[in-house]
Amino acid sequence: MKREIKSSAMERKREVLTNLRGLGVRLYGQMEEGVFPWIKMPSRSIENIFYSPELRQYVLGEKTVRRSARNIRHIRPFTQLVWGAYFAHELARNKKTSTLRDVYYSAQAYDIPFKDQPESNSIITDLETVAGFAREDFNVFPEERSAIFGDLTIEYTVPGYEGKQLNLTSHPDGVLIGPALTSAEFVKTSADKVIAIEKGGLFTRFIEEEVHKRFNALLVLTAGQAPRATRHFIHRLNKELSLPVHVFTDGDPWGMHIAMVIISGSANAAHLRELTTPDAKWSGVWATDIVDYKLPSDDLTEVDVKRLYELQRDPRYEGELWQREIKTFLRIRKKAEQEAFSRYGLTYIVDEYLPAKLEAAS
Amino acid sequence: MAETFEEISPADFFYRNRDIAGFTNPARAIFSSVRELVENALDASDLAGVPPEIYIRVSYEGESGPEAAIYKLMVKDNGSGVPARHIPSAFGQVLFGSKFKLRQTRGTFGLGGKMAILYGQITTHKPAYVTSSKGTSKIHTYKLMIDIQRNRPIILDRKIQANHEQWRGTVVEFYLEGDYFRAMPKILEYLKQTAVVTPYANITFVDPKGRLYKFNRVVTKMPPPPRETLPHPHGVDVETIQRLTRITECRNMLDFMQKHFHRVNENIADRFLKFVETMEIIQEIEQKLTKAEMGPGKEALIQEIKQRLIETKAPEEAEPVIKEVERKLAEAGIPEAETLIQLIRQKLINAPQSFKYKNPSKLKPHEIVKLVQGMKKFEEFRPPASSCLSPLGEELLKIGILKELRPEFVAVCQREPSSYSGHPFIVEVGIAYGGEIPRKNDFVLYRFANRIPLLYDEASDVSWKAIKSINWRRYKITSDMPIAIITHICSTKVPYKTVGKEFISDRPEVNREILNGLREAGRQLKRFLSKQEYIEKEKKRLTVFSKYLPKIAQFSTELAEKEKPPDIEKLLRSVKTLEEGD
Repeated sequence: MKREIKSSAMERKREVLTNLRGLGVRLYGQMEEGVFPWIKMPSRSIENIFYSPELRQYVLGEKTVRRSARNIRHIRPFTQLVWGAYFAHELARNKKTSTLRDVYYSAQAYDIPFKDQPESNSIITDLETVAGFAREDFNVFPEERSAIFGDLTIEYTVPGYEGKQLNLTSHPDGVLIGPALTSAEFVKTSADKVIAIEKGGLFTRFIEEEVHKRFNALLVLTAGQAPRATRHFIHRLNKELSLPVHVFTDGDPWGMHIAMVIISGSANAAHLRELTTPDAKWSGVWATDIVDYKLPSDDLTEVDVKRLYELQRDPRYEGELWQREIKTFLRIRKKAEQEAFSRYGLTYIVDEYLPAKLEAAS
Repeated sequence: MAETFEEISPADFFYRNRDIAGFTNPARAIFSSVRELVENALDASDLAGVPPEIYIRVSYEGESGPEAAIYKLMVKDNGSGVPARHIPSAFGQVLFGSKFKLRQTRGTFGLGGKMAILYGQITTHKPAYVTSSKGTSKIHTYKLMIDIQRNRPIILDRKIQANHEQWRGTVVEFYLEGDYFRAMPKILEYLKQTAVVTPYANITFVDPKGRLYKFNRVVTKMPPPPRETLPHPHGVDVETIQRLTRITECRNMLDFMQKHFHRVNENIADRFLKFVETMEIIQEIEQKLTKAEMGPGKEALIQEIKQRLIETKAPEEAEPVIKEVERKLAEAGIPEAETLIQLIRQKLINAPQSFKYKNPSKLKPHEIVKLVQGMKKFEEFRPPASSCLSPLGEELLKIGILKELRPEFVAVCQREPSSYSGHPFIVEVGIAYGGEIPRKNDFVLYRFANRIPLLYDEASDVSWKAIKSINWRRYKITSDMPIAIITHICSTKVPYKTVGKEFISDRPEVNREILNGLREAGRQLKRFLSKQEYIEKEKKRLTVFSKYLPKIAQFSTELAEKEKPPDIEKLLRSVKTLEEGD
């Protein structure tokens, strides 16, 4: 099955470069006019973070903050921010990647001292807010753990690999979702869905059991809470390839929230877009599955219960499914891991559970 | 068993009690000797009104026991000089010339160098040499010893030289046992601190190793010399009155009071003597009235009766006054008013002889006691005048502190004159900050009394108490800052706490003046520190702007892909001018 793919990676890189240059031009102009350079950006303070039901994610409100180099308390972070923009611009222009740690050390080469890692991280977040792009778009990546496996052919854009294509079934461990993959263009795929899996063990089992073939799916390992690059990647799979997304996690409040962050994002990323996949589905393990499948389970801990009550009030959990599952968890006071299905044999989860859940979702 | 009583001479007394005069051990002895002679020398220059030139030499003359050596001490000044006929007594007789006048002087004992010479004689059996001239045609040199038991100078030799250069001053030279090397730090500290309060003096010191220490004059202006003054009635004791009555030429008490006491005129003398006469009656009336049940008018009534009695000058005026008082007492309903009136009548009319006409030389002991009691109680004496005092003055104090302590900043404050027990005093205070002032865990305190440094028993001094009771935070001052505090009290009688005369007692009047002085100087220092802080902050501001703005310009230029950076000079200038305009 082949279709035309509208890919975004290259275009997005160009947008980032334009955006950063625009910032430079603006500041340059201000100084030329004899004005202390300043910028305005949305406030990221707690009272300016709202949940948008339309976008189905957290967004920043109307409040803005003005940072001016005229202010003695602002000038240092201001300088750091401008340097951050410059550094990101250099990375993008030279098609190089970096990590938050690397940014922290690189600053020293420019005599822009950060007093610690959190300070430099916070400047990168400022830059995200000012520019409206995620740090991954500036080629600043966290340490990678997540992976993808399945029939998707991509074309690299990173230096040295430009034009090279790769099919993501080529390595049985899956392919790391790193800077090179994130910036790659999608070429073609035969898959008709994406299955995101919380744990490495199950991801490997799925590959062994050829879930990708049997269910025509791309398998994504989130490795716990999905990194932002992976969330964006899932977003692209959904948007650019129009693939429905199913998320499988452990049957506990934490697994449930891993699915939710992929779907609706987090408050910390309220200043960013395109990290969410609102149409993705949480397919299990549900609290009701624990009952229906009589899964081996553990008792909920106090922390689990407290978390459930928190989630119950969270606007992202307003949906019927979520409220039902939270209530069920609270009623049965049990939780179960994905591996619990193994009591019915190693292939049960693939042979019985998965088809049922996928069918239920569609 | 019969005890034997013997009379001892003052010289003998000090010989036996040399510890209290600061001659405890060889180290302390040489320190005290230098100190006594230097203070004498400075006093002599003050009297002459010339900026002092003091030359001190200590030279080694030989061994003397394990912890001491024989030294020769020589001190030379350019002061007023001593009249030839007074030289033997001035240097060879302890407590010579007992005075009935008071003057602010440096010497701690009024013994001058006599104690030092006495000590030298005791430890070395060698004579002292004193050379002096008043600037006349002759210079006199005496070779002296002291007859300790008889307290008399023994003149061993006497020379007269022609004074071609009209030299004026005094040279004292004698041998003593001492421990110079243990005393050295104290002697140097003493000279340094002396230089702080005597910035108009040249002080040169050559020690036994031939090392030269010079404390140079930086100003020729001198404070006005202290003037002699009569004792204030509040400050005299029975002994003083007794002595005065023996030597006075006055034939009646009215003259006596005016002649021998500070700021007593005829009117005050008259009122005072009347007060002494009626003191007992008034006391009695006061007692009776205090006990009596009376309204708020009681105090006023006592005052009025007092005034009436004191103002009655002659017996013939007395009758109407007594009538008046009688009426008042009756009105107030005082019991025993009858007895009181009797007493008053007796005192005012039947008094055999009024006090003021009495001959001072014929006062009986109980009358003298009564007189002294009256002096303590009488509230109408005028406060002692401070014009006889010679404070250093704010300008000279500042110069002295800057010269010797080399601080970054100094605040000084001279307080208004005040008095305690009839003795006038003036407190001067300085606070020095930064520069060469050491940073310690606590303030460095320099204490002075009548322009001499006090080096011992600092912790017991009233100055420490005052310093400790101030909340220095209020002045942006903490004890770990490099701060030296200087306190100077000058008085005709410095209120030393002990015979050792090394620290000043905690008189409330003195404490208050020191406190107020410290507060004022503290406020000045606070203003300075605030200004410093502001300048420092401004500097930092400018540094911050000139550090970061060029970087913003640089990176913006790169981002915007421009050829050359924007002109930020104007912005940097504006930061500066804006702040100045603030």
